[in-house]
Amino acid sequence: MAEEDKGAARASAPAGAPAGDPAAAPKAPWEDKPVTPVPHDAGAHPAVAELEAAVPGAVAEAVEMAGQVTVVVPLNRLLAACQALKEQLGYGFLVDLTVVDWPGREAGRFDVVYWLHRHRDESRLRVKVRVAEGQEVPSVTPVWKVANWMEREAFDMFGLYFGGHPNLERILTWEGFSGHPLRKDFPLEGIDTGAAIYPDVFPPGGGPVAGGGEE
Amino acid sequence: MTYLVIPLVKIVVILLVLILGAAYLTFFERKILAYIQIRLGPNRVGPKGWLQAIADALKLFVKEDLTPARSEKFVFLLAPVLIIVPALLVFAVIPFGPSDIWRLTDINVALLFVLGVSSVGIYGIILGGWSSNNKYSLMGGLRSAAQLISYEVPMGFAVVTVVVMAGSLSLVRIVEVQRELGVWFFLPGIVALFVYFVCGVAETNRNPFDLPEAESELVGGFHTEYSGMKWAFFFLGEYANMIVISAMATVLFFGGWLPPFPNLLAPLWALPAVAWVPPPFWFLLKVAAFIFLYMWFRGTFPRYRFDQLMRLGWKVLLPVSLANLMVVALGVLILGGRS
Amino acid sequence: MERTHLKAFADAEEMEISFGPQHPSTHGVLRLMVKVDGERILDVKPIIGYLHRGTEKLFERETYNGCIPHTDRMDYTAAVTNNQGLVGAVERLMGITIPPRAAYLRMILAELQRLASHLVWLATHALDIGAQTPYFYCFEERDKILDLFEEYCGARLTTNCMRVGGMPFDLTPGWTDRCRAFIEQFPAKVSDWERLLTKNRIWRERTVGVGVISAADAIEWGLTGPPLRGSGVRWDIRKVFPYDRYDEVEFDVPIGTNGDTYDRYLVRMEEMRQSVRIIRQCLERLPDGPVMAKVPKIIKPPKGEVYFSVEAPKGELGYYLVSEGGDTPYRLHVRPACFINLQALPEMVRGQLVADLVAVIGTLDIVLGEIDR
Repeated sequence: MAEEDKGAARASAPAGAPAGDPAAAPKAPWEDKPVTPVPHDAGAHPAVAELEAAVPGAVAEAVEMAGQVTVVVPLNRLLAACQALKEQLGYGFLVDLTVVDWPGREAGRFDVVYWLHRHRDESRLRVKVRVAEGQEVPSVTPVWKVANWMEREAFDMFGLYFGGHPNLERILTWEGFSGHPLRKDFPLEGIDTGAAIYPDVFPPGGGPVAGGGEE
Repeated sequence: MTYLVIPLVKIVVILLVLILGAAYLTFFERKILAYIQIRLGPNRVGPKGWLQAIADALKLFVKEDLTPARSEKFVFLLAPVLIIVPALLVFAVIPFGPSDIWRLTDINVALLFVLGVSSVGIYGIILGGWSSNNKYSLMGGLRSAAQLISYEVPMGFAVVTVVVMAGSLSLVRIVEVQRELGVWFFLPGIVALFVYFVCGVAETNRNPFDLPEAESELVGGFHTEYSGMKWAFFFLGEYANMIVISAMATVLFFGGWLPPFPNLLAPLWALPAVAWVPPPFWFLLKVAAFIFLYMWFRGTFPRYRFDQLMRLGWKVLLPVSLANLMVVALGVLILGGRS
Repeated sequence: MERTHLKAFADAEEMEISFGPQHPSTHGVLRLMVKVDGERILDVKPIIGYLHRGTEKLFERETYNGCIPHTDRMDYTAAVTNNQGLVGAVERLMGITIPPRAAYLRMILAELQRLASHLVWLATHALDIGAQTPYFYCFEERDKILDLFEEYCGARLTTNCMRVGGMPFDLTPGWTDRCRAFIEQFPAKVSDWERLLTKNRIWRERTVGVGVISAADAIEWGLTGPPLRGSGVRWDIRKVFPYDRYDEVEFDVPIGTNGDTYDRYLVRMEEMRQSVRIIRQCLERLPDGPVMAKVPKIIKPPKGEVYFSVEAPKGELGYYLVSEGGDTPYRLHVRPACFINLQALPEMVRGQLVADLVAVIGTLDIVLGEIDR
């Protein structure tokens, strides 16, 4: 009951606010300029410290932004860090795995981003590795089964190879598709897949034609 | 001449009424389902949609008749015939009324004839499923075979219960016995009726036993690859079989053409106001009630799974029908049964 | 898929069925390569991507508010919650606090959407199991919800009803009364459907013990939403990371015990009742005031990254937004609930019958638009 009252009070407050003198009353947060979150170093964050303690050398960089902690892990420590995160630190739930493409970045073209959840205290942690083009990323499927399709999607969309993945096939595009659509250098309007895949069937520059040129 | 012409006329009438009736059953089914499911149902073709069944039939006649390239062509053609012919043949012995004019023939083993002939229809389903060369059809056909075989047995026992009570295999005689005894067999044979009707629903592949054509699993089941008139034959066969099962239930358990309480209310039925009502009216009324039950089932129940269906057939219905047969036989023995 | 477990069946008569992409019960264009021995399923390999439209690529071209219509087309049975996730992510990155009226409106619409989505689930799930009638009952109610959406934003399915910073419009006069009238009659309808199904012997036989997944496995396979709760994990984004004003309303998170299809069914039915409860509280407290926060004309979040998720009807729907400070997202990744829930399908149906496969697809409540994006 008490909680309901509190909620009701919070809800009714804004209704009363505009009635008062707008100059005197402090502005409601939605009438003011947004408070932009600023990234800051999170080396001292307990989750980061735990990881560093479990796997020394696993934390190359740690940033906190908008209440979300990001840990950059060196590629060679990734699998060890993930195993420790799951087994010792209790991050049993891999929420999301994705890739961000940064063409021309010196530290490696791709960011592979793992977003972990711990049910014990309902906290989340973002783990990031930087990968250069052509570099193989160890698959985390042995750690979290759910990574299977996520890694397939990352492979499909970005052309990243996940070493040790049980079934690294294209998942959203069709087998035989060339190119990786979410790379920044992939044209938005798409590619001529007909001629690119079946040059002997489709004349160059032309899409599929009726009859398929079988004669 | 009368031996040839009168039966021929009767055959034509029965066939016409039956086929038209089956076509209109689809219309009624759609209407009834629609009202169960808060919608209107077909109401565009003709007044209140009454010509819908005719339009459907016409559409099926002119539809392209496809035969899959790799199917077993002859068997593929044979299967619908095997479905429709036995379904129609059964009506040769169904008595719609007391006198000869109301039935085609009365043979003394009519019940065996019905059971025997209607079992032939299963070949149509199996062969249709197999010859289509489609995995869904094949699975539908196999499911159907297993289902029919499992449910023939308890159904047979349920029917035998009635035979024990009536002491005859003739359908006319069975009704006559019910009139003479003054009690319809559904009272002493309530369990048999239940078993019979459940098996009947299963034999006609209707909800909740419509696994052979389970749309959500097997697309169309055994008739996935059929189109046009061949498909219409399957459809017609299904509805004709529904009528058969309902007609048999009426004959065996509900006194066939007899009006309600024929002895108790005998003075009432003799009144001129109702005496003109021909016996087939009562017969068809009861059949219609059973068919309504079919449609009600379809609007209510989910579908059984294959293994559950088998379990129900072998582990529930079979022992129940057997035990019931024994109890009824014992009762007939004690009460001085007829022979 | 790992094939090792199949060796035991090497001498069995196997058959491979291509289930879909055109099949009545694959809920769209899902294709399953089903390996069966008779009716028993040895393995299932889902093949997806038939509806892939490159939504994440398209995001990179659009302005932030321009991305919202694209989200409508992902889980097209739950467009409102898709919108909610996206605008929430952008607001989080920009540090925008939306006015309370907007927050309550979002909650009302999102819970209505949850009802609508669950109604589609119940309708199709029941139809898959062979019960035709609930389908029409559910769609009648769903249409009433869509009418409410239509009145609010002009669209029934692809609502596009939120903007970064709040809501584009205030309610039309009388909308709350119509909404209240709807939710007052709704719980009785839920009880009606439950009378048709919950204690129905056939329904129970078809769903109890079918597609079982344990709580530990459910977490391991990343299940979220009703499939996770059906396994007995009391976990709901609305409770764990409350967004909008979910911390101010009271509702329960129903859970199952056995993790089977029947439990997931019960969970969703109870969720509908809880959604009604939330809507009722929201309508009572709906404050007056603006529906839009002060936001710049051109939405330009600062450089950085944020992940924001909402409890969509199907599970956790997350948006991972990477901004370079421009007016289009540098990368906007969607964590689709259905995509990840579907992954557990082979695990859940292995060794069961073909008829169960249909039941489990139904119970996972997948929408191919979100899986393929």
